[in-house]
Amino acid sequence: MVKKHLLAYIVFILIIIFFPFFVKSSYTLSIAIFAGINALIAMGLSLLMGYAGQVSLGQAGFYGIGAYVSAILSLKFGIPPVLSALIAALVASVAAIILAIPALKLKGHYLAVATLGFGEIIYVILNELGPGGPSGFGDIPHISLLGYKFISATDHFYLIWIIVFLLIIFSFNIIDSRIGRAMRAIHDSETGSSSMGVDVPLLKTKVFVLSAVYASIAGSFYAHYVTFISPSTFSLFHSVLILTMVVIGGASSLWGAVVGAIIITALPEALRKFEELDVLIYGLILTLSLLFLRKGIVPTFIDKIKGKR
Amino acid sequence: MLTVLLQFLLSGITVGSIYALVGLGFNIIYNATSIINLAQGEFVVMGGLIMWFFSQSMQIPFFLSIVLTILVVGLIGLIMERLTINPLKNSDLLLMIMITVAVSIVFRGLLMYKFGKDPYNYPPFSEGEPFIIFGAVIQQQVLWVLFIALSCIGLIFFFFNRTMIGKAMSACAVNPTAAKLVGINVSRMIMLSFFLSAILGAIGGIAITPISLMEYDKGPALAVKGFCAAIMGGLGNGMGAVLGGFIIGVLETLTAGYIHSGFKDAVALVILLTILFFKPAGLFGNKSTLTVRKF
Amino acid sequence: MKEGKVFKLFLTLALSLSLFAGKVIAKEPYKIGAIFSVTGAASFLGEPEKNTAIMLMDQINKAGGINGHPLEIIIEDSKSQESDAVLAAKKLLEKDNVLAIVGPSTTGESMALVPIMNSAKTTLVSCAAGYGITNPVEERYWIFKTPQYDLSAVQAIYNHMKKKGIKKVGIITISTGFGDAGRKALLDEAPKFGITIVADERYGPKDSDMTTQLTKIKATGAEAVINWSVGPGQVVVTKNWHDLKLGIPLYQSHGWGSKKNIELAGKAAEGVIAPLGRLVVWDKLPDNHPQKALLKKYETDYKERFKSEPGTFGGHAYDAVMMVVEALKKVGPDKAKIRDYIENNIKNWPGTGGIFNMSPKDHCGLDMTAFEMVVVKNGDWEILK
Repeated sequence: MVKKHLLAYIVFILIIIFFPFFVKSSYTLSIAIFAGINALIAMGLSLLMGYAGQVSLGQAGFYGIGAYVSAILSLKFGIPPVLSALIAALVASVAAIILAIPALKLKGHYLAVATLGFGEIIYVILNELGPGGPSGFGDIPHISLLGYKFISATDHFYLIWIIVFLLIIFSFNIIDSRIGRAMRAIHDSETGSSSMGVDVPLLKTKVFVLSAVYASIAGSFYAHYVTFISPSTFSLFHSVLILTMVVIGGASSLWGAVVGAIIITALPEALRKFEELDVLIYGLILTLSLLFLRKGIVPTFIDKIKGKR
Repeated sequence: MLTVLLQFLLSGITVGSIYALVGLGFNIIYNATSIINLAQGEFVVMGGLIMWFFSQSMQIPFFLSIVLTILVVGLIGLIMERLTINPLKNSDLLLMIMITVAVSIVFRGLLMYKFGKDPYNYPPFSEGEPFIIFGAVIQQQVLWVLFIALSCIGLIFFFFNRTMIGKAMSACAVNPTAAKLVGINVSRMIMLSFFLSAILGAIGGIAITPISLMEYDKGPALAVKGFCAAIMGGLGNGMGAVLGGFIIGVLETLTAGYIHSGFKDAVALVILLTILFFKPAGLFGNKSTLTVRKF
Repeated sequence: MKEGKVFKLFLTLALSLSLFAGKVIAKEPYKIGAIFSVTGAASFLGEPEKNTAIMLMDQINKAGGINGHPLEIIIEDSKSQESDAVLAAKKLLEKDNVLAIVGPSTTGESMALVPIMNSAKTTLVSCAAGYGITNPVEERYWIFKTPQYDLSAVQAIYNHMKKKGIKKVGIITISTGFGDAGRKALLDEAPKFGITIVADERYGPKDSDMTTQLTKIKATGAEAVINWSVGPGQVVVTKNWHDLKLGIPLYQSHGWGSKKNIELAGKAAEGVIAPLGRLVVWDKLPDNHPQKALLKKYETDYKERFKSEPGTFGGHAYDAVMMVVEALKKVGPDKAKIRDYIENNIKNWPGTGGIFNMSPKDHCGLDMTAFEMVVVKNGDWEILK
């Protein structure tokens, strides 16, 4: 199964390894780091949407749980960041299971609102009960692994993109496994797949938890990288942004989520020079790409290549 | 103590009437297309800001300003449909919803460019002191909003159930192919639904601005509340959206009054989620809305 | 023929000289960075700040720059997000090699930049008010700020209440960084003035009606209400307070200082009290007040160019830019010397926010005296004695 993606894996890891050699500025590296963080969340949502046919507008909630739990544990209780990130992921999974029980019964727009509501509830909790309230808090320790402390932008770049890389391999393994086929069956027809003996609710819950874990890891990384967090980062706005990344990149492709995350993260930076008009231009670019690249960037691109052969 | 409770309820109705008007707008497009138009909040903002432009900046008389505002925003809704929804006719529902998100960003960009970031306000429809009911206070404008919301529901009900064109429109959502077969121009119906829903948004914006002020980026917050109201009442049900709006509004103010104002949004949402758990199609929703079309 | 050539040469020389007169471009520009929340939740801060920076840059360059060096202010929009502020700072430091940065507009964004500025050994003059931005001062070696502390605004209000004999107070704050910082200061300072906080209410930035919170405050027997917010919320609170006829005075934060608020709230604004920087009431100051001339020039220039008021927040950017400019004028393009100059030589320095006295112990340099207590009367401000 690895063979199918081998070429893509090799190209991807080569880009990751050599990118910092060509890009010296830590500004560009920082953009790439934020792109990596978003790619992680988008991958989770892509699994949920593209492969299990479920939509979520609450990913920022899990992102926030990851950031806050990990930051609090490492700052206030002195737990090493890597361990605290793992605990945060556990907390996020529990939250995902609690939400999944009622929410995954719902469909379409109702599911969207339920997840949106979840994200907003988490946001209110962070705002009211999080340390520092709406102002947030800082001095969060950097990540250290086996005695090595991640401080520079290059360090963080490698770390986040290697996490992305490993989780892509992991995700493709799931997709290509028996579970993956069952997932796609749900996407196509729920009643059909359950009559074929697939435990639909359980499978949906599993994918949902997985997407929450991805978002949580991204959140923990964000907290230990920026070293300052406040609730506004984890608002509904970010959930919608992640959804946009997945759709722009191509909801039916995991690579699409990564490409979408890179584009949507870098685009506002590229539009900086338009000042007042940047919101307008950003909106126009989104609209046009949705209109003309309906399947999303990556699937359209793949179709083109295949068509030429 | 009772006066205080009454005041909480009246404030709940004030806030709820705003959610109700916004929620109502979602239903028209939904009824014709199953799309949730996430640019609905921007129609409301446009209503308020363009009304300000006509009535305050251009000094055009009040009623004429309202008519002009409604027409301009309706036209914008129509153009939006032609340029972005119509070309995507046979695509994924999710793609169409995402494009409404993209369009809402374009709208915000335009509004910011034209109106800047300051809030805007104009005098309420009728001048005068607020009414006092058993010691509790309610603004006159709230009564206007209530009146307008109820009239809109009446008109919408009449339109969808008693007129040919309205019936044709609901047929499009239930089964577009069948609608086409019986000779309904589906594309035109969808265009009309955007026109109507933009108008409804504009009316909402015109009515609520004297209460809450209006600024270019209020759209998403309004849309979220209106969407929740529509969902709580059951998508596609106009009366449901209005009741949903009032329930959410009152829940918020009661939470603020008796628990803590910091948690008002969260408590209202927890209750919404609980309701959905027991009634997955909302309070007054039809089970059939669950199976219309999937993402 | 020969004569003609000489004449031509002379002519070109004279022409180019006359072109260059007035604006000396020969020297290399001094670059400083600016990060403001031009869009997003805090755009009410970023907008006037950005305008102010642009205006100052033009004025300074028209007057010949800084010791002949043109001033270049590179302005970045942080979109009111910490992560974007981080990106903007890195861009300014690495791509543009700026000598110092002014901004960001909010406390959260400023806090996120503290480690970056310390490791880049470059001065940051923040335009946000939070206490933590410049404290503890040993860990904020490169960080300064120009807005008055929230604490000082709170002290000014409490001081006024003490004089009026108000002891029980209800507070209502917006659930953003601005409101939260004010809320904390209000809660912390109250006991020092013998004031009890009997209600502590909150609302969201896009809320439409605060009647509930105000009713609740009234029911607790509070003798005054303090609202801490910026944006439409403060107008809605004012209107609700007026409609409910609460019968207790309404105090607003220093964020109230814009004529726009009086316009929006109309007659409901009558009687609202707030601690305001002198920028909004400069015309009511005595002529010998050290800030008056500067405030007058700033406000008239700003109004003429942008057809709106700079408000207190634009003033924060004015002070921040002018501090850096003065340092550049005195010590030249040396990052460490710029920092030292601001820390040690900004003394008795009149700015828009007050008269600054920086020191190694205080990187803000303002206290409660930076505020005047101002009441709204007949649609205008009036200084309370």
